[in-house]
Amino acid sequence: MWEYTDKVKDHFLNPRNVGVLEGADGVGEVGSIACGDALTFYFKLDENGRIKDATFQTFGCASAIASSSALTEMVKGKTLEEARKITNEDIAEYLGGLPKEKMHCSVMGRDALEKAITCYLGEPEKKIDGEIVCECFGVTDREIERVVRENKLTTIEDVTDYVKAGGGCGNCHDRIQEIIDTILGTALPVKEKKPALTNLQKIKLIEESIEREINPTLKKDAGRLELIDVDGNRVLVRMGGTCASCAKSPITLKHYVESKLRELVSPEIVVEEVQ
Amino acid sequence: MKVIYVDNNATTRVAPEVLDAMLPYFSTYYGNPSSMHSFGGDVAGTINAARNSVAKLIGAQPEEIVFTSCGTESDGTAIRAAIESYPHKKHIVTSRVEHPAVKNLYETLSKKGYRATFVPVDRRGRLDIDYLYDSLSDETAIVSLMWGNNETGVIFPVEEISREVKSRGILFHTDAVQAVGKIPINVGETGVDMLSLSGHKFHSPKGIGALYIRKGTKFSPFMIGGHQERGRRGGTENTASIIGLGKAAELAAAHLAQNGYERISRMRDRLEQTLLDKIPNAMVNGDPANRLPNTTSVAFEYVEGEAILLMMNEHGICASSGSACTSGSLEPSHVLRAMGVPFTAAHGSIRFSLSRYNTEEEIDVILEKLPPVIARLRELSPFWKKAMEG
Repeated sequence: MWEYTDKVKDHFLNPRNVGVLEGADGVGEVGSIACGDALTFYFKLDENGRIKDATFQTFGCASAIASSSALTEMVKGKTLEEARKITNEDIAEYLGGLPKEKMHCSVMGRDALEKAITCYLGEPEKKIDGEIVCECFGVTDREIERVVRENKLTTIEDVTDYVKAGGGCGNCHDRIQEIIDTILGTALPVKEKKPALTNLQKIKLIEESIEREINPTLKKDAGRLELIDVDGNRVLVRMGGTCASCAKSPITLKHYVESKLRELVSPEIVVEEVQ
Repeated sequence: MKVIYVDNNATTRVAPEVLDAMLPYFSTYYGNPSSMHSFGGDVAGTINAARNSVAKLIGAQPEEIVFTSCGTESDGTAIRAAIESYPHKKHIVTSRVEHPAVKNLYETLSKKGYRATFVPVDRRGRLDIDYLYDSLSDETAIVSLMWGNNETGVIFPVEEISREVKSRGILFHTDAVQAVGKIPINVGETGVDMLSLSGHKFHSPKGIGALYIRKGTKFSPFMIGGHQERGRRGGTENTASIIGLGKAAELAAAHLAQNGYERISRMRDRLEQTLLDKIPNAMVNGDPANRLPNTTSVAFEYVEGEAILLMMNEHGICASSGSACTSGSLEPSHVLRAMGVPFTAAHGSIRFSLSRYNTEEEIDVILEKLPPVIARLRELSPFWKKAMEG
């Protein structure tokens, strides 16, 4: 069981400022059902440009609800400039602290606030900054770098606790470690390459990897992958089953199939779909 | 506040009869069963009586029972013994919905040169048996499948599968931790070579389990030490807990013989059906036709499990969830995901697991308290209204 402070419990059991705010000046939505938590944050300004009213709607665990409730209390009476200075640590501190594994709930609050202010000011919605590292939760390298610097994080687990990156399939753990290492200035030399395979060995290994690793996973979604040909490092495949009609199949192909084959066979593998 | 405990797949209350049977072995008969004097040696006799009771509960011979410290030890011992006994076989098979005791061991082994097959399940949690059989080869050292699932209660057809696997010369192990004591089990009539059970799931204390090893099965011990358990598990016996496990096995056998689980499954069904009737957008996870009699997993869409549990906790109701937030991981339960339960429902899944100590009155309290909790959390959720407006 999590050790929540009394303040977290209070804000969870008696959340302040719940609901849609009619005529809100700014609205910020973050998260999704797939991620396990989501927050919509609303605010309204008074004639002096100070936040007069703020409300929220949250899907998520106790600390997500408490963080949202705390945020609505914290911003009241503040100008947008002042509100923008609120960090995720401030939210956690207001609640008397959050378990480390739940820090991402406070990050979600800060992100929703920022989005709502951006929306009000009519600033162009920030494009996804940087490159996506964690596919499962859509987290970019820039976000990871920021949270590592601001909170002095040192491990992949820390990063997962704060921004969720790496908490899903785990394929991005090496990349997260690289980012941490770069920031800590302890970047390690590139891993040794695997010994070169002969053509026949490579083809066999690709076949085996598809049968033993990739297809069992795709089968969960009633999908299937068929190996058509291998040409150097180009692996030609056909997607079958539900994959054939799935809009996400190009993503699966690049991010799952290709990275799996790169891991198991050779880092030079390129997967291409033939129709 | 009165505690309403419906989390019996996590652990159970020690039966008062079990505790009574154990107590003298702490203070009066504290001898070491291996000693030459009768003060210790007599304890060996009671341990063997307990062994008899455990064997009887699952249709085994007493000498086929090895006492261990828990279900996890039993699982690990069985799987490691199998691969050590057949060192040239590098393939191991299990399902996608196993308890971490098996799942994580298989994942560890798969990084150490073993090829692991995780057999998928369908939307109701039923095993893809053809997939399982297709994966088997001369390379396969062991198939390990749970008898009853801890999260959904779904029962795998272990009798049938074990016979087929055995006929192909492959060892079969079952993690029956959730099934023993809840459904009749007779290993003698199956192809099961090894079976794990755990005491605290059926009213004996935590810290005691057993591994059934069919006579003639190749075996090598995990805990190497003294001659205890015929050399199959070294270490001085946990005498009081073994006595407790024996007593609990007797009670469970009597309860099964009197069809005691009919009452429990009726309560479970009433709880489940009334929740579905009272709460919109709720559904049962798992195959209702093939479940442990005490378990139900109900998904409440658009709300999150940890929040439900903590609000129920305020009413003294103890259950558990398949949500990510309760476990410290970010993905919802691997069991529900393997079944393809959508995220909208997986995050809001709650498991109720009953025991013979639950009463109809307790079910009434849950049915009174839970619907407003779900309604309250849905009011907070940004998805609920949107979903209702379509």
